[in-house]
Formats: sequence, structure tokens, C-alpha cells
Amino acid sequence: MNKIIALAGVVLKELYRRKDFYVLFVLTALLTVAAGAVNFFHDDKIIRYVKDICLLLIWVSALVIAIVTTARQIPAEREARTIFPLLAKPVSRGQVIAGKFLGCWLATGVALVVFYFFFAIITGSHEHIWPWALYFQALWLQWFMLAIVIALVVLGSIYFAAPSSTSTISFIAVVGLLGLGSHLRTIALQQPEPMQFILTLIYFCMPHLEWFDLRDFVVYDQSLVPWLDVALATIYAAIWTGIFLLLAWLGFRRKNLTT
Amino acid sequence: MKISPLLTLTALLALAFALATSLASRADGWSQRTKSNNVFGMMFGDGRKLFANHFFTMADVYFHSGYYPSIFDKNAGEQKEIISASHGKKETEEDEKNEDFLGKPKDWIDAFGRRFRITQHMHLESGNEREMLPWLRLAADLDPQKIETYTVGAFFLREHLGRTNEAEAFLREGLRNNPDSCEILFELGRLYHESSHDPDRARNVWELGVKKFLRLKPEEQKEGKIVIDELLVNLARLEDEAGNFEQAINWFHAAQKVSPNPDALQLQIDAIQKKLAASRPAPSPK
Repeated sequence: MNKIIALAGVVLKELYRRKDFYVLFVLTALLTVAAGAVNFFHDDKIIRYVKDICLLLIWVSALVIAIVTTARQIPAEREARTIFPLLAKPVSRGQVIAGKFLGCWLATGVALVVFYFFFAIITGSHEHIWPWALYFQALWLQWFMLAIVIALVVLGSIYFAAPSSTSTISFIAVVGLLGLGSHLRTIALQQPEPMQFILTLIYFCMPHLEWFDLRDFVVYDQSLVPWLDVALATIYAAIWTGIFLLLAWLGFRRKNLTT
Repeated sequence: MKISPLLTLTALLALAFALATSLASRADGWSQRTKSNNVFGMMFGDGRKLFANHFFTMADVYFHSGYYPSIFDKNAGEQKEIISASHGKKETEEDEKNEDFLGKPKDWIDAFGRRFRITQHMHLESGNEREMLPWLRLAADLDPQKIETYTVGAFFLREHLGRTNEAEAFLREGLRNNPDSCEILFELGRLYHESSHDPDRARNVWELGVKKFLRLKPEEQKEGKIVIDELLVNLARLEDEAGNFEQAINWFHAAQKVSPNPDALQLQIDAIQKKLAASRPAPSPK
């Protein structure tokens, strides 16, 4: 476990040395503040659109950080040939996968906390209410959704040739899962056989990332999601993360690192 | 022969400058986009209308507090509720049932997924209607010819937020962009009648609306039956309130020709005729 934590620590340090996070955070902050500064019909109590825009930017930024950071981890180690001294420590290939995953996941977690803190300050200064529990649920579920995404990208980085292709394919897959996830069954039911069967099969077999999106609850000031459901969704995320990491380990175990 | 890079650069700059002076006047005629009087028109051209529709839909999504059908759901193509609300339509139980686009959960994944999405149908109220305004403002900026944006925005500003001046300014802006719009004139008349309590201005605006309607082409008149019905009925009621019973009856008769429910209007005509008869002095006995 110490080796996994040490590997994760390196990834965390990499995040704050690189400029990705700072650029995305500044961009999010600037766009949110600019949106909030616009006056519509001389009414300064309007806030929901600012929340909506800010949360959308947080989601996009978090996805970019998670996917881009993860996609380059193993290919960079291979390209710089630092993977060999690492494996000679000795660190097993499974520990490399786990360490890289944990590092990326913790790094996105730190980024999310900063983003949500900014969000709470901006909205709280307008509304003078602080629904911390709802913010915590939104952050928690988003973080666990990102665990699935990071594990998926780790898996992709084992099989795809370059970090750029891994990032692009992962983005398309994640956006597709988020956008179509809840509607795929409805679409399937409108299709003739065998398309109906194929789409239904995909619907039941894919990870449902859309469950982890509580933006509407925050924007429209809804009550909390039952904690039991949050716990069940967390377990669901942990299972999918485990599946992807296991597949990544199986692929990485047999991977020839010299080519 | 060697040419100095500095000389080349100077020659290129001079050429660019000379071309710019001759092309500037011609370039003005190349695209209508640069002539647009708002920044969105300049950036997106006619494509901005797509965004305008999206932002208008966003206003409707906000009105429903996020409970809204996607393009895959059965109610996706229905009329926006903010439009019917701005026409004074109250929601019935039947409407409420029809708006349950989710139906029963299709499977356990759907059932569990609903815990993480808004499944309760409710509308903005108690001043929270203001949250729709940014989307309506953006929709108006992106497509100044989209008339519903002005009428809906002005209705909520006036009726729910008590902001009559802003509502009037928004409608006036809409009228500048769409000088022949009967819908905007109707909404402006409502504002003068219901909020400013100025029946004379309301009458003038509604009568102008009727004149504009009569100038439309026959096919446009067919599409605008709802607005002419509203204009005529409201004019009739205004004259009734003002005690001009004969004029009120005339407007109701005109409204009967376009109304989907002429019998209901006949009842109102009968009631006014009774009032008219009562107001006339009884003939003196000989």
C-alpha cells in the first residue's frame, strides 16, 4: 500500500506543477464572474443562470483535468523509460496501475474541492444561503463518477497508442454515456429488432454516469438526495472502477513495454 | 541579388496598406453580418436563431424548475408552457397528467436513476420567475424577430414581478424590431389596461393591432386567428367597462367571426344588450 501511496503522491505533485488546473480554474472563475456581472432588467437577485454556467464549467474542467492527466501517465513513463527503474524497485504492474489511478483520482478530488469552494463563495455571496450538504453530495457523486472515468482512461492508455487518442476517445465515450445514458432504453424501445435488443443490452451493460450529475438539484434548489441512494451510487461507482482497473491490469500485465 | 529582409517587410506592409484602402469599401458589401447592430449577429450570422430557440427553451426549463422532457421523451414537441401561461391559461389536472412525461419506470436502472433527477412537476413562483429573464434577454438579443420572447418576458415582468416599466421597455424594443407585430401590440395593450390602468392608451394600441392585422396577407391572417380573437374580445370588454355598449357589441360581433367559441361571446352580447336597454330612458307615456 505504501508503494501505491508513494506513486499517487508523485502524480499529485505533477498536478500542481503543471498549469492545466490553474488555467482551467482561472478560466472558470473569469467566465463565472463575467456572467454574474451582467445585469438583466435591473434585477440583481437573479442567480440561477450563474450557478448553471459555473457548474457546467466545473464539470467540463474536471473532466478535462481527469482525462488529460490520466491519459499521459503510463505512456509518459514508457516514453521516458522511467517505467523500468520503477518496476525494478520492485513495484508490481498492478501497483503501478493502482498508484496512477489513486494519484489522478486524488488530484481531481483536490481540484474539485477548490472549484466547489469557489462556487459556494460566488453563489453564497448572492443568495446568502449555504446548502453545504447538497454541495457535498454533488461534489461526492461527481468525484466518484470521475473515479469511473479515470479508471476507464487508465484502461484506454494501456491499449491506445498515444495519450491524444486516449483522451479523444475517452471524451467521446464519457460525453456519450452522460448524454445518452438515461435515454438509451427509450430509444431502444422505439427501434425494430435486432437493434432494440442490441441497444437494450448496451443500456444494461454500460456504466450509468448520468446518476452522478446533481447539477439540477443545486441549480433549482432541490432537497437532498436520500443518503442511502448516495451510498448505493458510491458502491456502484466503486464496482465499475474496479472492473476497469482489473481490465487495465490484465492488459498491462502482458504488455511488452519495450515496443 | 540579395534583398534585405527589412526592405521585404516594408514592401509587404506598404502592399497590405494599399490593398486595405482599396478593399475596405468593397468588403462592406460582401457580408450582411458586419452590418448587424448587435454583437451576436456579427459573430453568428443567421445561426444565432438556433441559439435563440435554445435559450427560449431554457427559460421554459427554468419555469418548470428543471422538470422537462428531453428530445427523446413523448412530450418533447409540445407548446412551451411559458407561452400558454402568458396567454393567461391556467393549468388543469388534465394538463398536469399530460405533463407526466416520465411515466412508470421502465426497469430498475430507470427507477434508481430517478432518485438523481428532478421528478416533481412545479413552476417558478413567489418572484422566482425572475430566474427565467436572462435566457429571454439572450433569446431576444440573438433573434430580435422572435416575437414570443418579448410577449412572454413582458408578461412575467409585469404580472409576476410587478416591473411594469421594464416590461413596457422590453415590448417597445420588440415593437421597434417587429413594427407590424399584432402580438406585441396586444401585450402592450394589456400592460396599459391591466397594470397602468390607462384604458385610452390600451384602446389605441389594440385598435392599432386590429388595423395591422387587417393589413396582413390572407394566409398570415389565418395563422393569427388567436391574436385577433384576443384583440377583439379585449377591445369589446374595454368598451363594455367604459360604458360604450354599442361599440362593445360591434367588437364582440367581429370577434364571433374568428372565435372558436362564438356561442360564449353571444351570451356576453346578450348581457350587454340588456344593460343597453336598461340604460335607455323608457318611452314617455302619451
